[in-house]
Amino acid sequence: MTMPLIDRYKTFDFVRKPVKPGELDVSHKTILYLEDVSVSFDGFKALNNLSLYIDNGELRCLIGPNGAGKTTLMDVITGKTKPDSGSVFFGQTIDLLEMDEPAIAQAGICRKFQKPSVFENLSVFENLELAMKADKGAWPALFARLKGEHRDRIEEVLTTTGLTEHSAQQAGILSHGQKQWLEIGMLLMQEPKVMLVDEPVAGMTHQEIDRTAELLLSLQGKHSIVVVEHDMEFVRSIARKVTVLHEGSVLTEGTMDEVQNDPRVIQVYLGD
Amino acid sequence: MKSLFISNDKTANIVLLSLIALTVLVPLCNAIFPSASALHFSAYTVSLLGKYLTFALLGLSLDLVWGYCGILALGHGAFFALGGYSMGMYLMRQIGERGVYGDPVLPDFMVFLDWKELPWYWYGFDQFWFALPMVFLAPGVLAFVFGWLAFRSRVTGVYLSIITQALTYALMLAFFRNEMGFGGNNGLTDFKDILGFNIQSEAVRVALFMISGLTLIGAFLLARWISCTKLGRVVTAVRDHEARVRFLGYRVEMFKLWIFVFAAMLAGLAGALYVPQVGIINPSEFSPLNSLEIVVWVAIGGRGTLYGAIIGAMLVNYGKTVLTGLLPEIWLFTLGATFVLVTVFMPNGLAGLLPKESGETRT
Repeated sequence: MTMPLIDRYKTFDFVRKPVKPGELDVSHKTILYLEDVSVSFDGFKALNNLSLYIDNGELRCLIGPNGAGKTTLMDVITGKTKPDSGSVFFGQTIDLLEMDEPAIAQAGICRKFQKPSVFENLSVFENLELAMKADKGAWPALFARLKGEHRDRIEEVLTTTGLTEHSAQQAGILSHGQKQWLEIGMLLMQEPKVMLVDEPVAGMTHQEIDRTAELLLSLQGKHSIVVVEHDMEFVRSIARKVTVLHEGSVLTEGTMDEVQNDPRVIQVYLGD
Repeated sequence: MKSLFISNDKTANIVLLSLIALTVLVPLCNAIFPSASALHFSAYTVSLLGKYLTFALLGLSLDLVWGYCGILALGHGAFFALGGYSMGMYLMRQIGERGVYGDPVLPDFMVFLDWKELPWYWYGFDQFWFALPMVFLAPGVLAFVFGWLAFRSRVTGVYLSIITQALTYALMLAFFRNEMGFGGNNGLTDFKDILGFNIQSEAVRVALFMISGLTLIGAFLLARWISCTKLGRVVTAVRDHEARVRFLGYRVEMFKLWIFVFAAMLAGLAGALYVPQVGIINPSEFSPLNSLEIVVWVAIGGRGTLYGAIIGAMLVNYGKTVLTGLLPEIWLFTLGATFVLVTVFMPNGLAGLLPKESGETRT
């Protein structure tokens, strides 16, 4: 180990851009750092020394056979599961392992569940209102009033997700596809830096899949988006870069064509 | 929500108007008609109706926790009893020298136990201004401590229900003990005055009835207002999909705690109004059975509507009064059967039988 003083790669603190702790720093172009993350459930290694980097503003697709650890990965990033080892950073400075789910969500990492999860007894408008970026304490919520700018924001997301005419409807009676879009809309209301989208097109018709692809493509650049999906056609239509997970670690990364021609990927998906 | 008093829900408005009518008409009938008239309400009937009103308030408070937040609390009676004991301690200190043993400071049961000094936790209860905040604080602090521990550890569902049940059972056993200094199994009774007025007099009984009615109306409006705020919607969202709320950045435990403590304070207030009208508070109020009964009222009336809890509490208790008078042995069977039938055939209770009228267009 080198002494810090004679380390030729050492950057002295006064040369660095000052960063407030807790403030998102993406000066190195990477927004999510996962390094050597391992999670095991009763001896089963759901994630095995997984390392993954997501660039700021990119749209990344995660694929992999069942049990590859895709959902566990999302659980780790959003604070639902604490890994046994490894580190998870949001930008350069924010250690996600020290935060719980609400804190991570407030910091700007939002998640769409595999099963569409909207509040069925509330209207579409109210669903979006609850998701809106705001002070999320109990007392502020008691005295919260919807201002004009909030309404405008909700209208904007209703337009983006194509749900304007369903605004007053109960979310429970929306179609499956509409619920998926509403949940993506709820993510947008939180003004997220990172959107984790778990199986957005499962159970959708072809037209709905095309619309979802359009929606996600229109959001890339404004947000960093990680999509987990099984539908290869859909992944091909949106992905620049695909990461393949297998048995809890990254098997390979690249464009869809590179990945699909990789013999290891073929083996994993098709077996011996 | 259009305004505080008129909601989009017709049934809620009807219930509210009925409550106002009841609060005005009963005292009026009591005052105008001579005691021989059929329209006259005797002091006994007025107190009985007042008791129903406090039960309705108790049901309303449970509906906030169970119907809106989805926490099936099976120990809600504990908060009611704590509010009741706070009021009971005040009433006890008002007796003064008129007790059987004539001790100016010590209540009778303490003299009987041969205690020489008033325990420290009885200090201040001779003053109404001290006892009144205690009506809210005693249940509120218990709910806060209990809720903070339980919700932060994410205890939910049937486990939470069982712990709440254990909580009220433990309190019952504790209050049964003479050493606790709350009168043991006899509880607190033999009250004489409230705020200097004779608690047995008809005027005081009518006044207590009116205060109960006004409190219930106020609590109903307040609860309805809360349910219409963003906090109310978050609480409903917690009931329907807790994890989703957490991933939206809300601290679910804080919302649960808020509504749980608020409901506990309402229950305490109900207990404080109940005690002067029935004239006694004893540890059986903590019994798990009592807490289960509250759940039955709310289930029969229809949870998650607020007015359903009020209707349920009043109807079931009216039924209880009638049936325990006529055929006391079948009351518990009737209650049990009603609960089973309601759960199976009317999962939304009596309120579920009405056509739902809400602000949302449903097509």
